[in-house]
Amino acid sequence: MNLSIKIGKLKLPNPVMVASGTFGYGVEYAQLLDLNQLGAVVVKGIRLDPVRGNATPRTVEVASGLINAIGLQGPGVDGFIKKYWPFLKTLKVPTIINIWGTTVEEYAEVVGRFDALGGVGALELNVSCPNIKKGGAQFGTDLKLLAQVVAACRKVTKLPLITKMSPNVVGIGPFAQAAEDAGSDALSIMNSYPAMAIDIETRRPKLANVTGGLTGPCIKPIAVKLVWDAARAVKIPIIGMGGIQNAGDAIEFMVAGATAVAVGTANFYEPQTPLQVIAGLREFMEKHGMKDVKEIIGSVQIVK
Amino acid sequence: MLAVLMLEQTVQIVSNERDTDSYFRLVLRAPLIAPLIQPGQFAHVRVWPLKDALLRRPFSIFQVSGDTFSILYKTVGKGTDALARLGVGEELSVIAPLGHGFTVPERGGETPLLVAGGYGMAAMYLLAQRSPQRGIVFVGGRRRVDILCETEFRALGWDVRVTTEDGSHGEKGLVTEPLIAELRRKPPVPHRKVFACGPTGMLKAVGKIAEEYNVPAELSMDEHMCCGVGVCLTCVIPVKTGNGWEYQRTCTEGPVFEARQVEWEETR
Repeated sequence: MNLSIKIGKLKLPNPVMVASGTFGYGVEYAQLLDLNQLGAVVVKGIRLDPVRGNATPRTVEVASGLINAIGLQGPGVDGFIKKYWPFLKTLKVPTIINIWGTTVEEYAEVVGRFDALGGVGALELNVSCPNIKKGGAQFGTDLKLLAQVVAACRKVTKLPLITKMSPNVVGIGPFAQAAEDAGSDALSIMNSYPAMAIDIETRRPKLANVTGGLTGPCIKPIAVKLVWDAARAVKIPIIGMGGIQNAGDAIEFMVAGATAVAVGTANFYEPQTPLQVIAGLREFMEKHGMKDVKEIIGSVQIVK
Repeated sequence: MLAVLMLEQTVQIVSNERDTDSYFRLVLRAPLIAPLIQPGQFAHVRVWPLKDALLRRPFSIFQVSGDTFSILYKTVGKGTDALARLGVGEELSVIAPLGHGFTVPERGGETPLLVAGGYGMAAMYLLAQRSPQRGIVFVGGRRRVDILCETEFRALGWDVRVTTEDGSHGEKGLVTEPLIAELRRKPPVPHRKVFACGPTGMLKAVGKIAEEYNVPAELSMDEHMCCGVGVCLTCVIPVKTGNGWEYQRTCTEGPVFEARQVEWEETR
């Protein structure tokens, strides 16, 4: 049975990774599961300098989901390399670094730093975080800026580049094409959806940041549709994510057109989820007599 | 990197009984987890019947006995309501022990002065039990029913000083009043150290008092949590650094912080 897939030139042992921001820098979960069983570890978004993050409360639980406005707290490139890279580089599976910036130049500079580091599996460009004033979704929801930032990063690295897409666009097709045309090797679909929750007694927003990004099982149908849309617009592989809790959810994304998947919010409440998804994926393939996981990709049947 | 040894286990409910009012005691059989637990640590509990409320709920660990540990909780929302409906023999998923707990005094070292607001008392039982020196525990609550595990602390031979806001039990007033009286006492108890757990307002007051009387203090900070293991960065509090402050995780660097580390000006 073959579960391996490719993202650009990067080969993954299986198509199940973890979503940036839901798995820290890997080491936090090392006592709870064998990271080397994953398809890849994807770390929390890193920009050039350390980031303090937003005021609290930063997350709020909602029906079948979670709204977060963390504000990309992080150690910056140097802090990450010093504190987390020594552990990550010992892993047998690839590490994908999620990066962001406030300007096109900063994105490219951070990409350059990780290109020079050596041993990085791929870079994921976060152009879709809804919780920061400058940077993030500002790039992912403007066709020109998106093309500029991807092209600028493409210039400075041969590492596989994954563009993490915003769901907050009228149609994802043109954005997916823009990222592909600018040199992206793959797309991550999707980031969190802009959302809000209010305490009706105090009339105050439940998040200090007022609004945040919605994740968890409640966004899955939106994400599946975006993957399906994007899969018809581009040739590059898509990493599907949004509310995956089990193998069935992951397979649904793959049937819609995703080559790989990422488990996100579920890591917070059930850290074994990625491993359960891999086991369930094997069972599904066995049950359906499949020899290669690629048989699932884009197999959706639309009966007219 | 902090070396926290944690496990995710499916554990069985040994008992889940009402203590007083809306407070419950839950005992879980967890033979691999129980021996690892240090005072001030917590357990992150998945209450499966919750369905559309997905997140685990963090609870301070109350007592450890053989292969079991217990938590003391108050029903405050759908998580704890669902938990209260579970019976003996039913199962829960637990990640524990988590967090950086209290520093247990050494033999002949500090004399602990514990300050608890309501069921914050439960989080300090292990500290009292494992402290070589007996100390004083100051516990405060709104009403008589909010004062929990007083019997257990007395059974350890500790001096328990109770205050209630309505005067229904112990002295009428706030928990900080007898604490201040004790700190003013001459001659003072040697090598005093304050340990506190309770609502943020109380912790802030205790932190200021400890500073005023120049007594070291450790505070168990209460923040909303999500992952419990340090990845989501939900439960952060402002902590002083060399040249300013940064957000640190109550689930990992905490929940126990030295009082003088907390940057109160930046707390909400």
